[in-house]
Amino acid sequence: MMNESINTVTTPEPALRTENLNVYYGSSLAVRQVNLDIPQNKVVAFIGPSGCGKSTVLRCFNRMNDLIPGARVSGTISFRGENLYAKTVDPVELRRRIGMVFQKPNPFPKSIYENIAFGARINGYKGDMGELVETSLRRAAIWDEVKDKLRESGLALSGGQQQRLCIARAIAISPEIILMDEPCSALDPISTLKVEELIHELKQQYTIVIVTHNMQQASRVSDLTAFYNAEALEGGSKVGYLVEYDRTTSIFHNPAEKATQDYVSGRFG
Amino acid sequence: MNSDPTRLDSLWSPNRKASKRSESIVRFIFGAFALVSVATTIGIVGTLIFETFEFFQEVPFWNFLTDTQWTPLFKSAKFGIFVLISATMLTSTIAVTVALPLGLFAAICLSEYATPKTRQIIKPLLEVLAGIPSVVFGYFALLFVTPLLQNIVPGLQGFNALSAGLVLGVSITPLIASLSEDAIYAVPRSLRDGSYALGATKRETIISVVLPAALSGIVSSVILAVSRAIGETMIVTLAAGQNPTLGLNPFVPIMTMTAFIVQVSLGDTPAGSLAFKTIFAVGMTLFLITLVLNVFSFWFVRRFREKYD
Repeated sequence: MMNESINTVTTPEPALRTENLNVYYGSSLAVRQVNLDIPQNKVVAFIGPSGCGKSTVLRCFNRMNDLIPGARVSGTISFRGENLYAKTVDPVELRRRIGMVFQKPNPFPKSIYENIAFGARINGYKGDMGELVETSLRRAAIWDEVKDKLRESGLALSGGQQQRLCIARAIAISPEIILMDEPCSALDPISTLKVEELIHELKQQYTIVIVTHNMQQASRVSDLTAFYNAEALEGGSKVGYLVEYDRTTSIFHNPAEKATQDYVSGRFG
Repeated sequence: MNSDPTRLDSLWSPNRKASKRSESIVRFIFGAFALVSVATTIGIVGTLIFETFEFFQEVPFWNFLTDTQWTPLFKSAKFGIFVLISATMLTSTIAVTVALPLGLFAAICLSEYATPKTRQIIKPLLEVLAGIPSVVFGYFALLFVTPLLQNIVPGLQGFNALSAGLVLGVSITPLIASLSEDAIYAVPRSLRDGSYALGATKRETIISVVLPAALSGIVSSVILAVSRAIGETMIVTLAAGQNPTLGLNPFVPIMTMTAFIVQVSLGDTPAGSLAFKTIFAVGMTLFLITLVLNVFSFWFVRRFREKYD
C-alpha cells in the first residue's frame, strides 16, 4: 500500500477536493489557499500546531462552520465532484452523508439505544431499528460492553466508551465520509488504542479524515498526512496554511519541507 | 528546626492573636445574620402550627376536609377547605395553561432563534413585565380583561376565575421564560453540534436533544411558577371575587385561599377568635401545598439533572 504513489491514489475520483480554499471568521482570514484531495477509502490525518486551521478546514467538509456566525469560505470544496457550497446543497442532507466525531465525547442525554436510533429516525430509516443499533454498536466495537444496558444513559459510560458510542452513532446513518476532530484527545491510552483499532476497521468502508495533535497517532492510523502551519500576520492574528501533503511515511521519514521535518521531529509545536 | 524560637514567637504571635480575635468576631457577625433568617422561618412555621392546632381544637379535622361549604364568618359556620382549594387550583391551572406555552416558546425563541439584537430588546421587556406590581395586574384583569371577555363569553360575571387566571398566567410568564431560557442556554454547544452532525435540522435538534437535556430546569421553573400562582394574592382577590363556591366553573365569582386571608385580615377580627385562627389554618394549607411542590421539584431536579463537564 505504501508503495503506491500519491498520484495513483488520488487520480480516479477523490472523495473530497479543495481548491484555493480560504476560510474567514468575520473579516479575518483563518486559513488560506488549501489545495488537497482526499482519496476514497483512505485515512487522511491533519497535523500541525494549535491555531493552524486544521480543525477549521475539517469543519468545512460537513459545513459545520455554517453554524458559527460570521464564518465563510471562498474557493471550492467538491464532494464526489459536486461543489459543497453550491446554493442547491442542503447542509442538513450533506451532514447525513459526511459524519463527524468530535473532540470531546458528546453522547446525548438519552439511552444508549436512543443515541444510535436518533440519527436513523430523523433521517427516515424504515428498517429494523434494533438490528441497526446492534450492527452499529458492533462495528464500533462497543457492543459487548453495552449489550446488557442499552436502556441506560449514554452519559453513564466511561469517556472511551462514550467516544465509541459517538462513532457508532455516526456510522448508524451510513455516511460516506467520517470526519474526526481530535477524537482521542480526551481519552486515556487504552481507550485511544481501541479507537485507533476501530479506525483501521472502518477504513474498509469509509473515507476518514482525522485531525490529531498526536503525531504517533497520525503515523499509526493514516495513509496520507497533511501538515498545516500558522504564520503571524501584522496585528497579531494568525493565518493557517497547508505546508505539505503526502503519504504518511514520506511526511514522517522524508519530508520535503524543513518546517515539516522540524515539526514531526518535535523541534516545535 | 527552629534555631531561635523566641525570635519566631515575636514574629508571629501578635498577628496570630489579633487574627484569631477578628476571625471569631467575623464569624459571630455572619452567624448572627444567618440566625435571623433561620429564626424568622422557625417563628413563622411555629406560629402557623400553633394557631392551626388551636383551630383544630374547635373544628374537627374531618369537617375541614369534607364540608362542601366555606362560611367561617356565619352563625352556622362551615369550614370546607376544598371550596378554597378548588378556587386556587382553578385560577392556578388557567394561569399555567397560559404561562407554560407562552414562557416556553419565549424561552426557545430567545435562546435558539433570536439574533443578539432582538434578544437585547425582548429580554428587558420580559423583565419589565416581571416588575409590574401585581395590584396593577389585578385591576387590569378586573377593569380591562373582564369587560373584553364579556363580549366573547356570554354570562361571564364581573368577578370570575377566568380573567383572573389569564392575567395571573401573564404575570408568571416571565418567570418561566427566564428560568427556562437559562436552562436551555446551559445545554452545551457540543450536544447541538452532535445533533447537527447527524443531519438533524434545527427544529429536530431543539425538540429531540436540547429540550430533553434542559428538562429538569424547565420543570423546576414551571413548579416555581405554580407555587407563585398559588400564593399570588392581589390579582385573584381583585378579579376573581370573594364568593366561596365549590366547583370548577371559571365564569362565576370564587374565593381563593389567599383572597380569604385578605378578607379576614382586613376586617376587624379579634385575635384569638375562631375566624382569626381560621386564617392560620388556611395559611398552613397554602404552606403545605407549596412545600410539597418544592420538595417534588427538588427531587425531580436531582433525579433528572444531567451533569456535563
